[in-house]
Amino acid sequence: MSTSEDTPLYAAREPIFPRRVSGRFRRIKWWVMGIALAIYYITPWIRWDRGPNLPDQAVLVDLANRRFYWFWIEIWPQEFYFVAGLLIMAGLGLFLFTSVFGRVWCGYACPQTVWTDLFIHVERWIEGDRNQRIRLWKSPWTWKKIRLRLAKWTVWLLIAMATGGAWVFYFTDAPTLARELVAFDAPWIAYSTIAILTATTFVFGGFMREQVCIYMCPWPRIQAAMMDEDSLTVAYRWWRGEPRGKHRKKEGAEKLGDCIDCGACVAVCPMGIDIRDGQQLACITCALCIDACDAVMEKIGKPRGLIDYLALSDEKREVAGLPPKPIWQHVFRPRVLVYFILWAGIGAGLIWALFARPEIDFNVSAVRNPLYVTLADGSIRNTYDFRLRNKHGEEHPFRISLTADDVPLRIRLEGTDDLVTYVPGDSTREQRVFVIARKDSPAAKADKTPLRFWVEDVLTGERAWKDVVFFGKGAGSR
Amino acid sequence: MRKKDDKQKGPVETTGHSWDGIEEFNNPLPRWWLWTFYGTIIWGIIYTILYPAWPISTEGATPGVLGYSSRAELQAEMEKFDTRLKPLKEKIVAVDLAAIKDDPQLADFARRGGKALFATWCAQCHGSGGQGAKGYPNLLDDEWLWGGTLDAIHTTIRHGVNDEHDEDTRTSEMPAWKDQLEPTEIENVVQYVLKISGQEHDAARAEAGATVFADNCAACHGEDGKGDQETGAPDLTNAIWLYGGDEATIRETVENGRKGVMPSWSKRGLDEAEIRQVAFYVHSLGGGQ
Repeated sequence: MSTSEDTPLYAAREPIFPRRVSGRFRRIKWWVMGIALAIYYITPWIRWDRGPNLPDQAVLVDLANRRFYWFWIEIWPQEFYFVAGLLIMAGLGLFLFTSVFGRVWCGYACPQTVWTDLFIHVERWIEGDRNQRIRLWKSPWTWKKIRLRLAKWTVWLLIAMATGGAWVFYFTDAPTLARELVAFDAPWIAYSTIAILTATTFVFGGFMREQVCIYMCPWPRIQAAMMDEDSLTVAYRWWRGEPRGKHRKKEGAEKLGDCIDCGACVAVCPMGIDIRDGQQLACITCALCIDACDAVMEKIGKPRGLIDYLALSDEKREVAGLPPKPIWQHVFRPRVLVYFILWAGIGAGLIWALFARPEIDFNVSAVRNPLYVTLADGSIRNTYDFRLRNKHGEEHPFRISLTADDVPLRIRLEGTDDLVTYVPGDSTREQRVFVIARKDSPAAKADKTPLRFWVEDVLTGERAWKDVVFFGKGAGSR
Repeated sequence: MRKKDDKQKGPVETTGHSWDGIEEFNNPLPRWWLWTFYGTIIWGIIYTILYPAWPISTEGATPGVLGYSSRAELQAEMEKFDTRLKPLKEKIVAVDLAAIKDDPQLADFARRGGKALFATWCAQCHGSGGQGAKGYPNLLDDEWLWGGTLDAIHTTIRHGVNDEHDEDTRTSEMPAWKDQLEPTEIENVVQYVLKISGQEHDAARAEAGATVFADNCAACHGEDGKGDQETGAPDLTNAIWLYGGDEATIRETVENGRKGVMPSWSKRGLDEAEIRQVAFYVHSLGGGQ
């Protein structure tokens, strides 16, 4: 019941001073952090030769010209389904990993985790490990404290600026923008984007930290729907550890469990929680408490794994004295299979679409207002609007022709006597095409006549076709 | 599971609500959340000072010290747009009509702008696709009353047809013949027109109508009935009809006459650049010569 009146409505953040730890999972986190940061900072600087008049940046989101470049892949706006597909895959991938490994995204790969981790390392490097930091926090504002704080904030700010700065390089040519930024010659949007991202990185990584995960991020709440008793979480084997106590005590030491209540698991936790309280919302399963506890267990000569990656079903079985389930029984669950099939299916579809898309890309839309036009000599004309896309860097001529089964039809291009239209490099051209059936010819009298348009890239010889319909007088008078 | 409150100082605070035995913790909100909330209030006050906000009278809201209004912003956007298009508008007026198509940028400007202008000003009579209607010429086919070259289309749009507001307008009228000709003469000439346009007709009457045609109609429509683009007289020998090519409609046309009107768009507010855009667009629809 709510009784106590001394509980405040609003609580200040309790500062957390994670202690340094080493071990298997810390090593994995180092690697993940290194790779993730390297990908983020280096990617915009990778060059990729695409030929003349096209950007040579390997990964570039060219918003102004509505192009997305990714190494050898170039995506135009009408192919945005690739991006949508990748986003859906990312979402389903998150579901897949969560249902098997629990909050592995939160613990290792989330930018909030990676940058917070980096900021904590900087903090430890400048201000010392946990105990020194607590002392510094409690001490009054001395010169030393001011000096250390300023040094820490400066390094944080530099990292934050590099982070915000790297982001804008994804949207324009990186070397050019870098020169402009230094010369104070870059567009204001670049500076304001950097400023905003610098501020959020600085504040979220330096000061908000676990508050972002607990209060701001929706994912900890949503993920509960993906997890079940077979999902991996970080758990404390209380049935082995309890009752906890200092083993040095003479009387009753033999009744105590393996947990010596040294507090190492709490001291290293970046979220400031006690994993021995059981599963909780704030736990991001970074597994640093496993490393910390394993080190202690080794020192006191007990088996490792007092704190371990465990599923809820394992806990039940171990408490009942049964051996844990084999790994494959955790992994091959219907839920996991469904997520995997959806994820892999979309991935396979995208890869198929990527290789199946034609080099020559064109659309034909038949002008249906009116369906057809009667000419002075009584012949019937249909009109088609072509959109031809040239993905090469230089101008390419495209020859337009048609085939129809045993039906004589004449083709003419608007604005030219030729059947070739020239599309400038890296752009789209609209070309109106007329098809004419002589008076009283089969196509002129019929309702609909199928025909096939062909487009040939004169330079490369590539061909593509589209099927359309020719409307004749049978379609009704106009 | 182990009990949560083992390590807590006091009893667990709950809201006191219980649903099926599930209780709700009453944890304090983080203080930074409160600061954020205060921040939004301060932001709101500053915003209402800077921007139009309070509806104090029927005249409108407080103007705000920045003097911002969405209408002024739109005005500025339009002016920016106009400034951006100004070089193209000047260029399209400066160049030769026939040279527009040789400049891809200018051609694109003419086609797109012409399409928008056509939808605004021309589609009411000529149809959104330019297919026309009875009495309103189809702009897609290959018969032109006043010529289908870019220049001719341009002149027609600029000065209109039978528009009394423009002294340079094209003038053309099909007189009403019912008071000038005998009913039999009218019947004969109708049969003759059916004949020269390749339709079913009464051969004897058509024979008699030939002289009626030569005496009365040939002055405008030509001796062979192929019309005259100088006077806007239509070709009567082909498959295209402005009002209809069946016997009853031809008789109605001969008896009562026809006088179509097209506004002079230079007098109706389109500037020269816009007229050129529309002309280029209409010329590109399929009938241009």
